[in-house]
Amino acid sequence: MAYPTDRKYTREHEWIQVNGNSGTVGITHYAQESLGDIVFVETPKVGAELTAGKTFGTVESVKAVSDLFAPASGTVTEVNADLATSPEKVNKDAHGSWMVKMTLKDPRELDALLSAADYEKFVAEEAGH
Amino acid sequence: MGAKMVEFNGWDMPVEYPASLGGGIINEHMAVRTGVGIFDVSHMGDIRLAGPQALAAVQHISMNDASRLAVGQAQYSALLYPQGTFVDDVIVHRLAPDEYLLVINAGTREKDFNWVRDNTRQFDCAVENLSDDFTQIAIQGPKAVNLLQKLTDADLSAVKFYWVTRGTLCGLSNILMGRTGYTAEDGFEIYIPADEDTSARVWNEVLAAGKEFGVVPCGLGSRNTLRLEGKLPLYGHEISDTINVWEAGLDRFCKMEKPEFVGKASLEKAKAAGVKRTLVGVEMTDRGIARDGYKMLNSSGREIGYVTSGSPAPYLKKNIALAYVPTDYAAVGTAVKVEIRGQGVGAVIVPTPFYKRPKKTS
Repeated sequence: MAYPTDRKYTREHEWIQVNGNSGTVGITHYAQESLGDIVFVETPKVGAELTAGKTFGTVESVKAVSDLFAPASGTVTEVNADLATSPEKVNKDAHGSWMVKMTLKDPRELDALLSAADYEKFVAEEAGH
Repeated sequence: MGAKMVEFNGWDMPVEYPASLGGGIINEHMAVRTGVGIFDVSHMGDIRLAGPQALAAVQHISMNDASRLAVGQAQYSALLYPQGTFVDDVIVHRLAPDEYLLVINAGTREKDFNWVRDNTRQFDCAVENLSDDFTQIAIQGPKAVNLLQKLTDADLSAVKFYWVTRGTLCGLSNILMGRTGYTAEDGFEIYIPADEDTSARVWNEVLAAGKEFGVVPCGLGSRNTLRLEGKLPLYGHEISDTINVWEAGLDRFCKMEKPEFVGKASLEKAKAAGVKRTLVGVEMTDRGIARDGYKMLNSSGREIGYVTSGSPAPYLKKNIALAYVPTDYAAVGTAVKVEIRGQGVGAVIVPTPFYKRPKKTS
């Protein structure tokens, strides 16, 4: 899997694509593959305040419940309502299925995140134990 | 096969197979409901009791009535502690007039074997742990019989549900095949020699023979969702050493008219004292998925019990659960809540099993 280089990644398997001072957030291909069939996505409401590294929602597959971790701090400006009724879209296209859009409080926080190449290395190690 | 593996009671087990093989829990689940799926269930244990007093030994340790079994017949039962709670649930097969095979669970294999051996010492009956001798493969689904028939000379159409037969299978003679399973679907479980080469060869031959039926290899994940739709208990969840037979609702497999069996006296007392909690089926009415261990709440939010197994049900396309609640809350239609991440989410008590396979005319 080649991870898109237009975004950054967390070690908890979220991606964030930055445009100016706003960011679009989703989960990675590796995350959806590990979870299996995704049946439930719960995201915060517009206006919710996210804190980098803290949970902000939940993704559930048939077998597992997994927290979503905020890649950066900021305010939710939009949520992808489509995923409430069609959560399986995350399995089909994880990098195209965004979950929330947010304004960024401090873009410097993103420096702590992984590049596509580093994330790819990170999941290769994780998958290989 | 690139399956996602998980450690389950010391066994490396596939949770699900990759989508490239037709896998994924939902696909695997649907294959079993509508076609055929196969499971490697070698983690199951096998205990053989044989000898002049084999029946008496089985009758002493098993709550069902093994005297009703004809040779070749099997029954669901349970092994109980003296207090009427569960050592394990089992399938008792009568293989010969004085020979029985108990098929038991993975997590409880050692415990079960020791318990069976210790509780049958007074009988003239040999007790053997055959768990490592067999690879057990479950072939499950409405097309299971068609698939397996291609590989054996035994007439499978003559084998009724919960009966066994023997025959040549994939060139191996005298192979035990039972029309049993853990999916609430028609199907067979076969017991082949445990050596790796034979096991792998048979697995691959079953897969190849099943191609025309769209066979899918299935893991523990779909095994769990399939058994949950059919309300088949899982040890450590619906049954355990702190839950008794009446609470679990397994009355019809417990033959109190038998003169004696381990646990009977306590069960008589428990019945006289009244059953306080019971296993119920729950369906979510609000958005949310109940999971194992979540709290059950009444409609005003007070804690009344807990979820033993909860999951999305892939065939029924509902979010379902089994739960223990006080008998006052057990009536079908009772509005309840499940606590999910601190919130009470609406649910209702529904009839069980959630899924019952359609009756076949043939």
